[in-house]
Amino acid sequence: MTETTSTAVRTTITVDAPVALAFTVFTEDMASWWPADHHILQAPLASMVFEPRAGGRVYDVGEDGSECQWARVLVHEPPHRVVFSWDISLQWQVEEDKARTSEVEVRFIAEAPARTRVELEHRHLDRHGEGWEGMRQAVGSPEGWAVGLQSFSRRLENATTP
Amino acid sequence: MKTYCGALSALGDPTRRAIFEHLGERPLAVVDLAALVPVSRPAVSQHLKVLKGAGLVRDEQVGTRRVYSLDPDGIAVLRDYLDRFWNTALHSFKKRVEQLQEETNR
Repeated sequence: MTETTSTAVRTTITVDAPVALAFTVFTEDMASWWPADHHILQAPLASMVFEPRAGGRVYDVGEDGSECQWARVLVHEPPHRVVFSWDISLQWQVEEDKARTSEVEVRFIAEAPARTRVELEHRHLDRHGEGWEGMRQAVGSPEGWAVGLQSFSRRLENATTP
Repeated sequence: MKTYCGALSALGDPTRRAIFEHLGERPLAVVDLAALVPVSRPAVSQHLKVLKGAGLVRDEQVGTRRVYSLDPDGIAVLRDYLDRFWNTALHSFKKRVEQLQEETNR
């Protein structure tokens, strides 16, 4: 269970495109690839804005004109590196307390003129803090709710699969 | 200015969010949840399926009842969730970049 102690998520993908294009699409053209069902705005999404500089804002704009800023650009080093904050709380609201936000670092490494490796790390997840403690408490009943749950639910899944 | 920042994916739906919050208080069966939220039992089951798919909720058979609860390890939930999220996002990103690159080459 080493995973449970880690406070970061890492993922890598290789794209058949030059590093500069990969960087630009990732940042300024974010709306073109961001999963459509993963917006924190309640109104239908009109656009996503990524201000391409350190200190820039990242925000969604709704069709009704409402805005939701959910990240701050911390490092902007085109075309190799970008770091932005993840200002979304465990209640899935915008986190006003910046001490309780995690961050995402993305590195763009040219493997060939038209091939780029993209390494993404979403780290400091523990900074989101107390919410998880509360959640653990909520489910950590005296009978040891967690004990054996995983194998049990796996068995259950097998049982319900035709 | 007032912002309308609701939820992300699985928690985007208000009813689903309510179900998630009720489960934060204690483990519950579908019938219990249906009494707490203004939707039908089948709708509750559907929401639970989505929450389970997102790794936010687990279920356990207790006698004749299937009881739902939040994942016992909070940070693992967030990790699973973000892992899934970034995988989906990066694959979508790859598709977009490569499509643009192909257009440039044409």
